[in-house]
Amino acid sequence: MRWHKIYALSLRHIYLIKSSFPRILDLIYWPTIQIFLWGFISKFFTLSSSYYNNTVGVILSAAILYDFLFRSSISYNMMFLEEIWSRNFTNLFIAPIKISEIIAALTFTAIIRTLIGMVPAAIIAIPLFGVSIFKIGAPLIFLLVCLYLFGVTLGLIVTAGLIRFGPSFENIAWASLFFLAPLGCIYYPIDILPDWLQFLANGLPLVHIFEEMRNILINDTFIISSIFTAFIISLIYFVLGVIIFYIAYFGARERGTLINMGE
Amino acid sequence: MKIEAINLKKKFGNKYAVNNISFVIPENETIGLLGPNGCGKTTTIGMMLGLIKPSSGMIKIDDQDINRVERVKILEKVNFASPYIELPKRLTVRQNLEVFGKLYGIENLEKRIIEIAQDLDLRNFLEKKTGELSSGQKNRVSLAKSLLNKPRLLLLDEPTASLDPDIGDFVRSYIDTYKKINKVTILLASHNMSEVERLCSDILMLKEGKIVDKGSSKFLIKKHGRNNLEETFLKIARGSNEMA
Repeated sequence: MRWHKIYALSLRHIYLIKSSFPRILDLIYWPTIQIFLWGFISKFFTLSSSYYNNTVGVILSAAILYDFLFRSSISYNMMFLEEIWSRNFTNLFIAPIKISEIIAALTFTAIIRTLIGMVPAAIIAIPLFGVSIFKIGAPLIFLLVCLYLFGVTLGLIVTAGLIRFGPSFENIAWASLFFLAPLGCIYYPIDILPDWLQFLANGLPLVHIFEEMRNILINDTFIISSIFTAFIISLIYFVLGVIIFYIAYFGARERGTLINMGE
Repeated sequence: MKIEAINLKKKFGNKYAVNNISFVIPENETIGLLGPNGCGKTTTIGMMLGLIKPSSGMIKIDDQDINRVERVKILEKVNFASPYIELPKRLTVRQNLEVFGKLYGIENLEKRIIEIAQDLDLRNFLEKKTGELSSGQKNRVSLAKSLLNKPRLLLLDEPTASLDPDIGDFVRSYIDTYKKINKVTILLASHNMSEVERLCSDILMLKEGKIVDKGSSKFLIKKHGRNNLEETFLKIARGSNEMA
């Protein structure tokens, strides 16, 4: 892994973000809207639900963390789509950069895009709804790492689809996160799901992450084994994502789509 | 760099895009790849760039099978320009050259950017966004990107397509001068006959994935009893596939 190559590819996206104020605004806009929407829903539930009545902002915290996951994944996909839209795709794959370095560059740059959107939204929630995700404390870092790893994995899988099937896979990129949201138990405990779905849901890191977030906020306790489970599951998915990306790359070489990729 | 294609084939579905072609491009020579649309020019270039995996056959660069050498090591010495691929439009010309310069690991990058900008007359729009340039200017920027790493193998796919005669001539003159000064092997795919005649020592005539003839432009014109390369091209393109 050569860091200067990873930096070079990241630089392309940093220049892009810096060059366009509407682009920065767009990155901030959607997470902020989410905070407003879920802030008011959260306020309603806090006043009306016996489950949440002692814990202001559980739903809002879940919304912020879910948006962090969503932005990580979308940021990853967006950077790849930018290459397709700008017809720069072929230039990228004929440059002397390894596939692992492309993955690393996109992974590192995705965090910048994600934080540009998430930090202002998380800060706005403090004065507006009296909710701070920072109340989760040090475990927040572990939760974010797991979410980021899983978000990037989804980004990798969708990107693999873009390489394999071309720009027509774009719609899947936008919809990818919504496929998993119901199973992720983001806003409700896993007990809500029927038994057979609980079995499936436990195979996702999201359940463990959001159950633990609720546990910290409601019970004020921290179960490290839950975080560890979430991390291991995320890591397994990440490795699978990398393998799928490589398979898609070799498939695209077979089909000749790397040289014909366009809008 | 010496390039060799040996019994190269590429099949997409049931159709051969490239069907058993073999050729050698000696070091520092410029070879033209001529043929009608869909004859396999871009597929051949794609295979040489490692973007397309051959169905069978082999490509050797300096006598080494490119599938057995680390891809990145080869790509450091290779570059490609085509009007069908572009550079990110929202980045300035300088930013684009900077990003690709870093990807190619070019030392003294700032100096190299100034040098190439001077050569290709890009200095006045280095700070302009690439998407705001005219097609002639974009074309020169693409060429600058492709020469940034001083490639030893340069693949050009219709480098002057859609350019006005003045800019087209500027680009051809530049390539002509560049290849005389620098050690570079060039494979030029083009539909512009005068361009091929001017720049290439030899021509490969491709039709339906096969090499149907090869030789210098003078040799081919004489062999087919035509007045110029365009007439020769038309005769070959409309004739049978057998090597004449």
